[in-house]
Amino acid sequence: MQDRQPPLLEMQGISMHFGATKALQDVDFTCRTGEIHAVLGENGAGKSTLMKLIAGVLQPTSGRICLDGEEVSLGSPKDAVDRGLVCMFQELSLVPDLSVRENLLLGAREAGLGWLRADSLRAAEEVLDRIGGEGIRLATRVSDLTLPARQQVEIAKAIMRRPRLLILDEATSALNASVVEKVFDLVRAQRDSGTSVLFISHRFHEIEALADRISVFRSGQRVETFKQGDHSYDEIINMMVGQRIEELFPPKPPSSEAAEELLKIDNFSWGDQVRNVSLTIDKGQIVGLGGLDGQGQNAFLMGIFGLLRGSSGSITIGGDTMSISSPKDAKQPEIGLALIPEDRKTEGLILDQSILENLELAALGRDDLEATNPDLYAETLDQLELKHGGLDQPVSSLSGGNQQKVVLAKWLALKPRCLLLADPTRGIDVKTKTQIYMILRQLADQGTAILLLSTDYEELIHLCDETHIFYGGRLVASLSGKALTAQNIIAATLNMRDAAELAHA
Amino acid sequence: MTRQIPLDALMPYLGAIILILAGSTFFPQILTAGYLTQQLQIAAFLGLLATGATIVILLGQIDLSVPWVLTGAAILSTALVGSGNAVLSVLAIPAALIFGALIGLINGFGVAVLRIPSMVWTLAMNSMLLGLAVLNTGGFNPKGEASGLMVMMASGDLFGLPVSFLIWMMVSLGLAYILTRTPFGRYLRSIGFNEKATYLSGVSTRSVVFIAFALAGMCSALGGVMLAGYANQAYQSMGDPFLLPTIAAVVIGGTSILGGRGGLFGTIGGALFITLLTSILSVMQIGDAWRSIIFGLIILVMLLFQTLRKGARS
Amino acid sequence: MLDYVRSNRREVIAGLVLILLLTLYLSTHPRGASTYVLTIWANQCLILGLAAVAQFFAVVVRGIDLSVGAIMALTNSLASHLLDGGVAGITLGILVVLAAGALCGLINGLVVVYGRIQPIVVTLATASIFAGLALLLRPTPGGAINYDLADVMTLDLLGVPTALIITGLLIFAFWLPFRRTGLGLGLYALGSSEQAAFQSGLNTYLLRIAAFTFAGLFAGLAGLYYSFVTTTGDAGIGPGFTLNSIAAVVLGGVLLRGGVGSLIGALAGAYILKTIAALMFFSGIPSLAQPLFEGLILATAIAIGGADVLRARNKLEIFGK
Repeated sequence: MQDRQPPLLEMQGISMHFGATKALQDVDFTCRTGEIHAVLGENGAGKSTLMKLIAGVLQPTSGRICLDGEEVSLGSPKDAVDRGLVCMFQELSLVPDLSVRENLLLGAREAGLGWLRADSLRAAEEVLDRIGGEGIRLATRVSDLTLPARQQVEIAKAIMRRPRLLILDEATSALNASVVEKVFDLVRAQRDSGTSVLFISHRFHEIEALADRISVFRSGQRVETFKQGDHSYDEIINMMVGQRIEELFPPKPPSSEAAEELLKIDNFSWGDQVRNVSLTIDKGQIVGLGGLDGQGQNAFLMGIFGLLRGSSGSITIGGDTMSISSPKDAKQPEIGLALIPEDRKTEGLILDQSILENLELAALGRDDLEATNPDLYAETLDQLELKHGGLDQPVSSLSGGNQQKVVLAKWLALKPRCLLLADPTRGIDVKTKTQIYMILRQLADQGTAILLLSTDYEELIHLCDETHIFYGGRLVASLSGKALTAQNIIAATLNMRDAAELAHA
Repeated sequence: MTRQIPLDALMPYLGAIILILAGSTFFPQILTAGYLTQQLQIAAFLGLLATGATIVILLGQIDLSVPWVLTGAAILSTALVGSGNAVLSVLAIPAALIFGALIGLINGFGVAVLRIPSMVWTLAMNSMLLGLAVLNTGGFNPKGEASGLMVMMASGDLFGLPVSFLIWMMVSLGLAYILTRTPFGRYLRSIGFNEKATYLSGVSTRSVVFIAFALAGMCSALGGVMLAGYANQAYQSMGDPFLLPTIAAVVIGGTSILGGRGGLFGTIGGALFITLLTSILSVMQIGDAWRSIIFGLIILVMLLFQTLRKGARS
Repeated sequence: MLDYVRSNRREVIAGLVLILLLTLYLSTHPRGASTYVLTIWANQCLILGLAAVAQFFAVVVRGIDLSVGAIMALTNSLASHLLDGGVAGITLGILVVLAAGALCGLINGLVVVYGRIQPIVVTLATASIFAGLALLLRPTPGGAINYDLADVMTLDLLGVPTALIITGLLIFAFWLPFRRTGLGLGLYALGSSEQAAFQSGLNTYLLRIAAFTFAGLFAGLAGLYYSFVTTTGDAGIGPGFTLNSIAAVVLGGVLLRGGVGSLIGALAGAYILKTIAALMFFSGIPSLAQPLFEGLILATAIAIGGADVLRARNKLEIFGK
């Protein structure tokens, strides 16, 4: 591909600083016309910042952005959209209280403050039909849609804006495989008609299926750009982290028969979202919960922690049946539960407060602990190597990975007997992931029972001793030992009875 | 937990000093001990109300029932004293405080359990209390009188300082201790920033909300008792002029209306500043209209200063 | 249609409650359902209705406007100076009054956006300023409004109260079309999720300023209509209207967290409040007990609106955003 015409998008010497943090340093990046360009990197590598620069959400500290060879300044998302740079954000950009139709009207490229024309709605509806969203009614309020449906609407809205460059930032994370395939067909069709696509995903097989070229980012710099197929999976991971995948996980200990049962849940049900789920966790065991989004595994975890009203079933801890009606109950020593919630920014932490204040918040309600003594947290923080400029610094000044370390340390100070985690490594860099895996295994070795909800198959396979898969509110498969393989997990998440069928397909 | 006093909280003190100095160049009597102690005495009424409001605002809520909790407490206490019964007279002040706490608990119920925005729920409480008072007094000024103790609390002197000021300082110190040294204070701020995360950390956020509103109700009631002592009677709508200055005092003192950030030290300054401003404007014999305009402008300017400083820092 | 009812549940309920109350009122009124009774009722309702619409514009962008009453007082005082004399003078006067309202709102909006101060605090301060200005214009109640004009605006047209005609125009000629413009939807977007609005390419600064300007304009309209009804100027009318406008929007299903509700709901809420007060007057409840009953009804209505929360089965849901 050698061309006289300049590339669609060229970024030169881009730097982006947030205070002392350098999110991007002197990055050159090019996207050609009509290519699907995957951008890879761990979180914090700078790829989301790069996308935000292109989408006009942020303005670079220094550097040039050129479109068709001409320097442009993108002062706002509106500027970017006017030039055909359309981003489908990871954090959804739909207005929850407006209907799908109103969102699409408002999102049309020619929408101003005046009368909104319905012309572009047809294009959006066509897109929805093509990506399996024909069941989505335009009169529905967005907040009443499921997460996958919202992503489908996002995609329709983006395509409707007639992009020259389409940015997909984790655009398909909630969609199931068959819908993803339809979205990919659509993206390929867009490319074939001359649109460039920037694609961010953490699912490697998606990148293999879609990308023409791949750029790898690490710590705010572009490491390399190459054609799809030029490097193997392992090599790419090396580029991203300089580590091999097997090295990420600590070795599993051989399963010991004699382990004592710690947590036993019998026939747990909650409306039609969780149905008759029973499971046990032994001391020292790491048990995984998997499944597609919204199959009841999150609700189940919340239920154990006392967050659901009207649930039924019994919870037995260390032989005693417990009634847990609030997190305050759950954290008392006789129950000894801790929950690392799914969203660390709104549920796990109070971003406006200091690191220390966040650490203390869980321990404060426990009379047997001296919450204000920093020594209580020192051990965990050392182990996790929290990087900070003083515990009195605001927790918001930390990177995502370090924030998650604070959440962990806050709860581990209570020495929980059973640790519940809701996808604790989502959006976290690989180094922190390894550290979290290490500490979870160590806790297990010391006798803590761990229940880990994860969307990452690697974790369910390599970290967990046993993994339960949810489908439609039920527990459809319990895998352990040799049966704990990617094929079996995938088959179970799609609720295929015979796992072998898929393996041979 | 050691924290340095944020600059925002010092602003009203600075403003108060400027007011005194500027005012004294025109009216030298402002710089006399008599005038200044009188200001301390009067500032205590606003200050007590603002103390309660600070607690609720730190929580991220607002209490619009202050005027009629104040009036109700004043009516209740003067009525008890006016009954002539010695036992009831002694009970006047405790009864008023219990009344304040009770209304606070009802406020807390609406906010914490029914999850009604406090701005609406406390407003409804306010109009119900108004209705109760009207029904009870027949729309005329309530009968009754203040007890000697109430008069002393409002107008007495001790060690050359007004008793009302000393009471205000004692209440402030006590509550400041609770806010900074106890888990309750920590929970209060945490809820102000992020209630969900606080709840998930195993905090009974409901009880914190209940206690906060009850404390605020008691502060309003105490303010009402002392104002009744000051006027030696209770009267209809005696609380209405206090609502907005109360909120203004809290906000000028650097407490964020969004919750979480701020404290009582700034509120004390805010109450002093607003009392001085009102007083000096009236010493200067400026009419109601201009007083209202200047009052609003100065509050705006103070708030813009806060923003400017934040802008300069980031 | 079903979709419409479902997504506008709150307005529909408010509308039904209003019809019920009005029927009750007309049937208990000693003079029955005459044009005269309806006109008096509608005039009172429309004043608060316009104030509630003003409040709605602030609330829908997740703000609040504590200066609604003060702007009403200011525009009412201004009108009592300007709305007498010849046709040209009166027309100009009306324009000046409305411009003054919009200007007050614009100032609120500018300070909120560029001063980065919470609306509740900004409008608390500006309310003091506007109320002071009103007092300068009208130290004691007085002044006059052209009677002919006042009559046209506050009586009836072919038996239909003018106030109801104005209400209808407000809904059909202004609100329904406005709801289909980028500005209209943009205000909802801003109140519902500022981030989503920004990322969708909306100018959030402009939208917020526009919202407060609309609030000022409608507060000005409320002040103007108040002038027609009372035909005098009074600088002291502010505080009651501010608080009642908040109560009205809440009763009408507008959520204080922004992004939910409509102008129709705000109007319905105001009409409900005023109808309750009117109903009280003829209800046989001792007049001294009426304020208490009004407060009780307000609190009960709000509490019922909040009872949804008790049904939340996931305890995290009650915390909202």
